[in-house]
Amino acid sequence: MSFPHKHILGIEHLSKEDIELILNTAESFKEVNLRDIKKVPTLRGKTIINLFYEASTRTRTSFEIAGKRMSADTINISASASSVVKGETLEDTAKNIEAMNPDIIVIRHSASGAPHYLAKRLDCSIINAGDGAHEHPSQALLDLFTIREHKGKIEGLTVAIVGDITHSRVVRSNIYALNKMGATVRVAGPGTMIPPGIERLGVQVFHNINEAIKDADVVMMLRIQLERQGKTLVPTLREYSQFFGLNTENLKLAKPDAIVMHPGPMNRGVEISSYVADGSQNVILDQVENGVAVRMALLYLLAGSEEAREA
Amino acid sequence: MAKTETVILDQAGVSRALTRIAHEILERNKGVADLALVGIRTGGDHLAEMLRRRILEIEGEELPLGAVDITMYRDDLDSRGSLPMGKTEIPFSLDDKRIILVDDVLYTGRTIRAAMDALIDFGRPRSIQLAVLVDRGHRELPIRPDYIGRNTPTSREEQVKVEFDKNHVPIEVRLIKP
Repeated sequence: MSFPHKHILGIEHLSKEDIELILNTAESFKEVNLRDIKKVPTLRGKTIINLFYEASTRTRTSFEIAGKRMSADTINISASASSVVKGETLEDTAKNIEAMNPDIIVIRHSASGAPHYLAKRLDCSIINAGDGAHEHPSQALLDLFTIREHKGKIEGLTVAIVGDITHSRVVRSNIYALNKMGATVRVAGPGTMIPPGIERLGVQVFHNINEAIKDADVVMMLRIQLERQGKTLVPTLREYSQFFGLNTENLKLAKPDAIVMHPGPMNRGVEISSYVADGSQNVILDQVENGVAVRMALLYLLAGSEEAREA
Repeated sequence: MAKTETVILDQAGVSRALTRIAHEILERNKGVADLALVGIRTGGDHLAEMLRRRILEIEGEELPLGAVDITMYRDDLDSRGSLPMGKTEIPFSLDDKRIILVDDVLYTGRTIRAAMDALIDFGRPRSIQLAVLVDRGHRELPIRPDYIGRNTPTSREEQVKVEFDKNHVPIEVRLIKP
């Protein structure tokens, strides 16, 4: 019963069973991260290349630690420090790396579809660590893991996601993931930040944070992606914060045991007040901790998948 | 092709074997000092629990109990692929303890090798002894059990299965011929 996929390009094409397998496997790996000697020989001799065309603290470090804890050889390539600055194309970069026989390439790129582009042209397994505004599957999986850890289940929960929905790959992956697992998803943000037609993905749309988070079990705040578009979609950050920021007052509208999540990095005082960011309901650091376990599970399942090995 | 299944140990037989093994452990180790039980998932973990209960009945002492899942330590990722994984739970320090590693069926010895690698990642036990319910032969590594419930010579095509009920109590051991 091996994992029936050669790549992890997005949540859209994963089944509920695939997701449960990933989460259950991640549970076992989480224990490794709590030991004194955080090392298991599972992927000894495997080569994993992290190819990051965009800045990243969490995701890249998380994938690197995940690979190293499983005894794989993990190499990080940051586009800004590579021959990409000399104009080398994505395909050439990838083909040259492939000539060194990696087992898995983890790629983050600003163009939606970049991982799929590589998956069609290379022989090794590809993991999408974030492509443009499209998907960020490992983030959604670690979000699910964290929700399941705190709430015991995902089915039947109400999850409210507030922020720049249009430009968020985290939201898209989470919408697919939460729907597959039976949660109710609400998105909220200013009109300029919610793509028309998003209801078709199976979410309720709100333009008022109070309504969106009322009685929610999970409140997920997103950063305004200032670096992704030069133009402003809100008059000022202060106005955004006034209308869509999470603070101790409006958090009371959610269920009393609601958890607060954020994929990071946070803009303190913009989408989330410092009080809430440092408060007891937030599980943001748990998300990061769980990220390593979930990524270990992904690397393990791909390295051992028949689809990957038969190629 | 129909498979023939024979019961090589029934419930009473399993129970007597476990009682004898518990006594042997206490005899050889001259009591319970620094002893701890670690079962190998799945199967060995339930048997380790049964041994713990027996030892409690005999000596009045409850030994520390852990369970190890060796899926991450296997040597066959490329041939057998990613297998379902259980959780390792060792809620005590292994340092300087005499560990009794427990498994249900001993065959090639590779599972035991993986389990020892896992234990040594957790700490430095003073010694590791091995208790198995059934030894079916065909060792591929230099590994030998200290305590054996039952020796059963088998051929490679056969299988040995230990059945547990829903309370994880061993019911019987079956030999399955193809």
